[in-house]
Amino acid sequence: MRVRAIVIRIIRQFFRDKRTLALMIVAPMFILLLLHLVFNGEDYIPVIGVGDVPEQIEDQLADTGAKTDRMTEPEAYTAMDHQEIDAFITMNGMTPSVILEGSDPTANRAVMQALQQAFENMKPSERSVRPDVTYLYGAEDLSLFDNFGPVLIGFFIFFFVFIISGVSFLRERTGGTLERLLATPLRRWEIVTGYVLGFGIFTTFQASIISWFAIKVLGIMMAGSFGYVLLITFLLAMTALTLGTLLSAFANNELQMMQFIPLVVIPQIFFSGLFNLDTMAEWLRSISVIMPLTYGADALREVMIRGKGWSFIDHDIYILLAFSLFFMILNVYALKKHRRL
Amino acid sequence: MQPHIKVDHVSKSFGKKEVLKDVSLTVKGSEIFGLLGPSGAGKTTLVKMMAGIESPSTGRITVLGTVMPDLNTMGRIGFMAQSDALYGELSAYENLDFFASVYGLPKKKRQERIEKVLELVNLTEDRKKIVNQFSGGMKRRLSLAAVLLHEPDILILDEPTVGIDPVLRQAVWEELHQWSQRGTTIVVTTHVMDEAEKCDSLGMLRDGRLIAMGAPDQLKEASSSATLEEAFLYYGGARQ
Repeated sequence: MRVRAIVIRIIRQFFRDKRTLALMIVAPMFILLLLHLVFNGEDYIPVIGVGDVPEQIEDQLADTGAKTDRMTEPEAYTAMDHQEIDAFITMNGMTPSVILEGSDPTANRAVMQALQQAFENMKPSERSVRPDVTYLYGAEDLSLFDNFGPVLIGFFIFFFVFIISGVSFLRERTGGTLERLLATPLRRWEIVTGYVLGFGIFTTFQASIISWFAIKVLGIMMAGSFGYVLLITFLLAMTALTLGTLLSAFANNELQMMQFIPLVVIPQIFFSGLFNLDTMAEWLRSISVIMPLTYGADALREVMIRGKGWSFIDHDIYILLAFSLFFMILNVYALKKHRRL
Repeated sequence: MQPHIKVDHVSKSFGKKEVLKDVSLTVKGSEIFGLLGPSGAGKTTLVKMMAGIESPSTGRITVLGTVMPDLNTMGRIGFMAQSDALYGELSAYENLDFFASVYGLPKKKRQERIEKVLELVNLTEDRKKIVNQFSGGMKRRLSLAAVLLHEPDILILDEPTVGIDPVLRQAVWEELHQWSQRGTTIVVTTHVMDEAEKCDSLGMLRDGRLIAMGAPDQLKEASSSATLEEAFLYYGGARQ
């Protein structure tokens, strides 16, 4: 009953402050769109160095729109080192052999596409000859955006919910309304629960729209179930919400709340799998264990890229739930600072 | 009759700073009790402890027979802080609706009470207006209305007339007298001497100590001073 009062009040406030509501939903979509444009630029024209191959292959490659350039193998290596060509094709006996420069996923994909098309257009008798592909640098992988996308969806939801919930709870304290609430018979857990439910409605909404946008509009790779993606993003948002309100107890104003971003939010990007941690010292890697985004990003990748189901994400889900509950309980205790009961 | 509020040898420290030093006082039922003192004297801390938000470091405070803080008793107190604790994005009605629900008033009763208190503070016309668009005086009135929603037995008001115009101030005091006549016990803090005159009983606070307590006339008489200001100086000096 009293919890409901808080929930209704938060909903009303949200609809009055449309700019914040928009920030929560439009800003992550906007940034994802920018990243999509940067990492997924269309119509990349590959430049392919052509060695000692039949003229026919070169023609076919040119027909796909790729730029070709005749050169010797040593020349090609130099050119690749200077990133002047994306790949070099030559004959290794009867089999065509392709070497990809490999450091840029966009270029890799363009080259592979051109090759595929070129060989498909050839006579059936010659089609059986598949080129063997090697990478000079890097390796065959997904597109950058496909790879980063799930982590980014998780991150932006986490980031914006953290800020908005933290600041609004902070305002409650600095504006005197928290004290006002604490002068009523409201229990501390009722305040915390009211906040979680009230914001929960908006974070569910936010998580659904952002996931939908990334998957349907930006066409990010999505091999698994949309329902799981929603569940994971929602739990990630709840963790951000409870952590944001908890940390707001240690900030005296909005600026101090912002100071938590480099301390709490940004480090999570580095440890959540956006960058490969294998080269890092063991003890440093273990820091990721305490970061909620690690679990959210891991689960999102399992579902979106690998198409896995419940048995592969259940531990992540439980850990995220545990984080939220843990932060909620700490919140109830943090309010003790303001009222003993 | 049992006193409604009993402050019993209460001291309060924040860290090393001692804000209240061994304060004892009683507030009788349905009187207006004024806490008079300059800013920094500890008035706000004392009323917050009465309202159950803060707890004394030593000593104890009893309100309506129970030791504070106590959630049930807090439901019978209306506390208005110095700052207007309102939600700026919401309308006057929505603010009141929220606070009424927090006190657990059922829906029908809630609407009835909201209409009543809006009328009382003369804001019925502005009920749909967003609080951010309110003037300072209107916000103060709305804060006051919010405190009255659950018909508290005890009203604790921290500087209720700060920053409002003389006409409204007059109206607020008339209102306070009416409520006390109807049986509400009222505790008011102030640093304005002529407001202190209007209280039934006064406690004078200075540097965290209670320097005098009694009816305004009584205090003036005992210190043979013509005004409360002189009396305050007399008691303040006598302490040193």
